[in-house]
Amino acid sequence: MSFKATAREINGITVVDVSGRITLGEGSAMLRQMVRDMLNQGQSKIILNLGEVTYIDSSGIGELVSGFTTVKNHGGELKLLNLTKKVHDLLQITKLYTVFDVHNDEASALGSFRG
Amino acid sequence: MTSQTKRMEVTLESIIDSVDLAEDITVRIAAAAGFGDEDRHRIGMSVREGVINAVTYGNRQSREKKVFLTLEMNHQRFVIHILDQGEGFSLADVPDPLADENLLKSSGRGILLMRAFMDEFDVVRGAAGGAEVVMAKRLPAAG
Repeated sequence: MSFKATAREINGITVVDVSGRITLGEGSAMLRQMVRDMLNQGQSKIILNLGEVTYIDSSGIGELVSGFTTVKNHGGELKLLNLTKKVHDLLQITKLYTVFDVHNDEASALGSFRG
Repeated sequence: MTSQTKRMEVTLESIIDSVDLAEDITVRIAAAAGFGDEDRHRIGMSVREGVINAVTYGNRQSREKKVFLTLEMNHQRFVIHILDQGEGFSLADVPDPLADENLLKSSGRGILLMRAFMDEFDVVRGAAGGAEVVMAKRLPAAG
């Protein structure tokens, strides 16, 4: 299943429902461009819903990190929602689980933004 | 039970498309050998990461250079070799992606994942130069 992302806005927060693969040559570049586009449009409170992500490799993890730091440098926040077991395990192995703000339900993720 | 080793060699172009191809071939062989879903995923991702490194860092996507993937199966282990035609490198020189100063870097986690997902992992110098990743997974029945 190829990469797909659909954005919706709830109370000034952009929720992006991501599905498919985030890998080198497939979803990584698209995810990077998507985050840039959102920042250019002034959207800096972002939740990536990864519940339907079927596969992520080190390139995809790198893009999540890059997105996290880019949004932070723009004064915003990027949070993760609904990690699959595979993505959860990868974030544990890479010690990134404690770097990201990870939520298991959307209401909790939406409520965690400041201001 | 036979001690015969089955071996397959695949020569890959130094292009990004080779990454999916190498992973696909490896996962099919792992499935035929009886590895379960979780192990197939781990073995496949390890090959993916090894070939990404060989194509991008080793061969620098040069059309003149190849990546040699060798898959060996005996009654105990699935052994995978990924050889590039680059300058080679030492594992000791690879920055630790878990170090605080590297944690937020956007790359450099491939070797960490291969180490985590396989039972054995090493990088040696190829007989004719280049870097050769050698990694292995015990077969399910071998315990």
